[in-house]
Amino acid sequence: MISMTINGKVVKAEKGEMLLKVTRREGIDIPALCHHDAVEPFGGCRLCMVEITKADWDGWKNYVTACLYPAEDGLIIQTHSAKVNELRKGVLDLLAARCPNSPEIRELAAEYGVPQTTLEEVPDADNCIMCGLCTRVCERLGFKAISTVGRGHSKQVAPPLNEAPPDCVGCISCAQVCPTNVIPYKDINGKRTIWEKQFELIACKECGKHTITTDFADALCERRAIPRDYFDVCDDCRRKELSLKMGSIVAWSREGTS
Amino acid sequence: MRIENAGQLEQYRRECQARLDKQTRRLLVCCGPGCLANGSQAVSDAFKKVLRNRKIKGFKVEALKETGCHGFCEQGPLVVIEPEGIFYTRVKPAHAEKILEETIAKNKVIDKLLFRDHNNGQPITCYRDIPFYSRQQRIALRNIGQINQCDIDEYIATGGYSGMAKALTQMTPKQVIDEVTASGLRGRGGGGFPAGRKWKTAASAEDTPHYVICNGDEGDPGAFMDRAIMEGDPHSVIEGMIIAAYAVGAHEGYIYVREEYPLAVVNLQKAIEQATEYGLLGENIIGTDFTLELNISRGGGAFVCGESSALMRSVAGEVGEPRAKYVRSVLKGLYDKPTVLNNVESYACVPAIIDKGGKWFASIGTKKSTGTKAFSLVGKVRNTGLIEVPMGTTLREIIYDIGGGIQNDRPFKAVQTGGPSGGCLPEAKLDLPVDFDTLTEAGSMMGSGGMIVLDDQTCVVDLAKYFLAFLVDESCGKCVPCREGLHQLYGMAVAVSEGRATEETLEKMERLSEVVAVGSLCGLGKSGPNPFLSTVKYFRDEYLAHINDKKCPAGVCRELIRFEVIEDKCDGCMACVAACASNAITGQKKEPHVIDQELCNKCGACRTVCRRDAILVL
Repeated sequence: MISMTINGKVVKAEKGEMLLKVTRREGIDIPALCHHDAVEPFGGCRLCMVEITKADWDGWKNYVTACLYPAEDGLIIQTHSAKVNELRKGVLDLLAARCPNSPEIRELAAEYGVPQTTLEEVPDADNCIMCGLCTRVCERLGFKAISTVGRGHSKQVAPPLNEAPPDCVGCISCAQVCPTNVIPYKDINGKRTIWEKQFELIACKECGKHTITTDFADALCERRAIPRDYFDVCDDCRRKELSLKMGSIVAWSREGTS
Repeated sequence: MRIENAGQLEQYRRECQARLDKQTRRLLVCCGPGCLANGSQAVSDAFKKVLRNRKIKGFKVEALKETGCHGFCEQGPLVVIEPEGIFYTRVKPAHAEKILEETIAKNKVIDKLLFRDHNNGQPITCYRDIPFYSRQQRIALRNIGQINQCDIDEYIATGGYSGMAKALTQMTPKQVIDEVTASGLRGRGGGGFPAGRKWKTAASAEDTPHYVICNGDEGDPGAFMDRAIMEGDPHSVIEGMIIAAYAVGAHEGYIYVREEYPLAVVNLQKAIEQATEYGLLGENIIGTDFTLELNISRGGGAFVCGESSALMRSVAGEVGEPRAKYVRSVLKGLYDKPTVLNNVESYACVPAIIDKGGKWFASIGTKKSTGTKAFSLVGKVRNTGLIEVPMGTTLREIIYDIGGGIQNDRPFKAVQTGGPSGGCLPEAKLDLPVDFDTLTEAGSMMGSGGMIVLDDQTCVVDLAKYFLAFLVDESCGKCVPCREGLHQLYGMAVAVSEGRATEETLEKMERLSEVVAVGSLCGLGKSGPNPFLSTVKYFRDEYLAHINDKKCPAGVCRELIRFEVIEDKCDGCMACVAACASNAITGQKKEPHVIDQELCNKCGACRTVCRRDAILVL
């Protein structure tokens, strides 16, 4: 264990764990739009910037992203100093110009004193902030169905050749992880559509509720040696089935002992 | 042939030297990028053709050499006759026969091909007497332009691979690192990080394997130092890398060359093959138990891949995006293994340092920036080309003594150093010594060595706009401040240049620059606002002229200027009428012409062709 000072409070942490993890554990609210515990830290949105220094740094301060900076002994961290807030405000101003219609961005920007962007709004903007969480989650799951395309300001998230992605299994992790809810999908009549690709949803044998797509189930079975009929029932019904089973075992064992 | 030990290498060197000495006359045709573009390949071919048909007394075909960049690109194609150093400029294929017959056979210097002094018009025979060359000191560029660029024997003859042999057979890795540390060598790619310290950290890293990488992704507009070295003296880079690999315990290395340098790839590949054949690279180098395999990795054309972490991702076959370097790449670099990455020029300096000693290198230059530095001197300077000077040489010496001052004797305005990450320095800063720390303090940076000279006809707003556009184009798009911030800065710079901005725009730009500079993930974004910040710092009046007076004092920004014919000066030669692409100029022969402002697209072609300075920019 090492010890650091965060906003004046002495905090214990494991050496090498990322500062954002520590601050979150301490209940400090630092915005971070491109971060998700399921994937490697990225450092793209720059909102989790904090000010760090050490007693022997002669007053020199550095500004680093908390999501990527490993904890070390003796760090003195300010998560909301004037300069840090100014930087966050600047970044949010840029994001507000990039995604003027995103409620999530507008709310966060307003919180940091940017009710309206002071910069030129990007014409025909969508709400994508290019945090890349969708592509990274997809890669983490082993599908790599979508990726970022191009570079700089015209960089986009897209499936290969902008066609229905052959490797997509319709798990919608990309849509669920998106901080600005910009990836649309539809579940209608047992069919799911995402990235302009249609999938069949599995209906629970017991209750008829739709669960995951057949493609996703196939992919999971292939990799995890799960029997395919595992997905025939939904989680709720499986639990119900299990509790009935457990109940009968309990009843049987009672009968046996009496 | 395989060289089995250091003694054999020395023996072979003497043989190569003797072979070179037999060539009492050497005819060097510069085939560097500048001269090639001016047609030097045709010149070389013309020499070969003449020599095929006829014997020139005392001259052997082997003594005709295609060399790397000789440096004085502005005067190219260049032909040099050694050992006298007779220096012929702007040589055409038609001159080949005459040069062979007169100069080579009869020892007669051809006057009209000689370089002429700018001041007195006197011809200068030997290049060593021309100030452009006499003020230079060459270490990294020591062989370029002197030897056949693709001949390992000539490299060995000039002392090549002796530094490597010394390191491998007489020194321990620690001694090599100590020698490089003592030399004070700092990263020539622009970072200026002490090479010795980098090597020491990598050498002591426990994780294995270790890698060495050479950064040949030179992307700054107007910079071609590394290109000249990779093309003109590839063995010096390879030798430097072997020494580095030995010092840090690496057995695999990569030379990352940008896509736009095909000749560098060809020459490096040849050099790797030659060195491997000689036993100077590969398994059991010169009979020692040290082994190094070198590969060439070709870039895909992204500027950001010159950034070390992006480069390493690119070598590994991933998208070239930088990562945060809170864990340094020297410990977790290529494939997350300890990696030493140095620039081409840094590696090229290493053999000389081992050969002559760190103390010798440290005695050149300034205390904190030792040795020499190569620069590509371009822009509105008279003598454009590739130069190498001791650190601490002043900008004035470089621009006026070596560079010969400003073209057409126009006033100097600024010098841009460090490429898109650097900045502009005005006349008041001309006496600054060029070293890593001084230039950074002044708001620019040394960078990899691009030096663009500007005269009064260059608009700083236009310049900032150009560099911002370059960076907007080259930003990888990973982090918000760089991707969005530079885009916004560019938009505002365009507004200034078009007269749509207010003073508030300028303040907004300065505030945003701070966010981009502090907030960006990698060096590209962090230094991205520099071209704007340094110009606004030193030339604020010019920005204000665009904003308040809606005028571009340099006469560049199209939205704010108009061209007019000065009637008294115009002799009605029709040259501008013919040059105007939008048919905006009318007039009869021998009568003053008139420019139709409605049709004029402000391209300035009329002004360029007018011999009487009769076109006025307002």
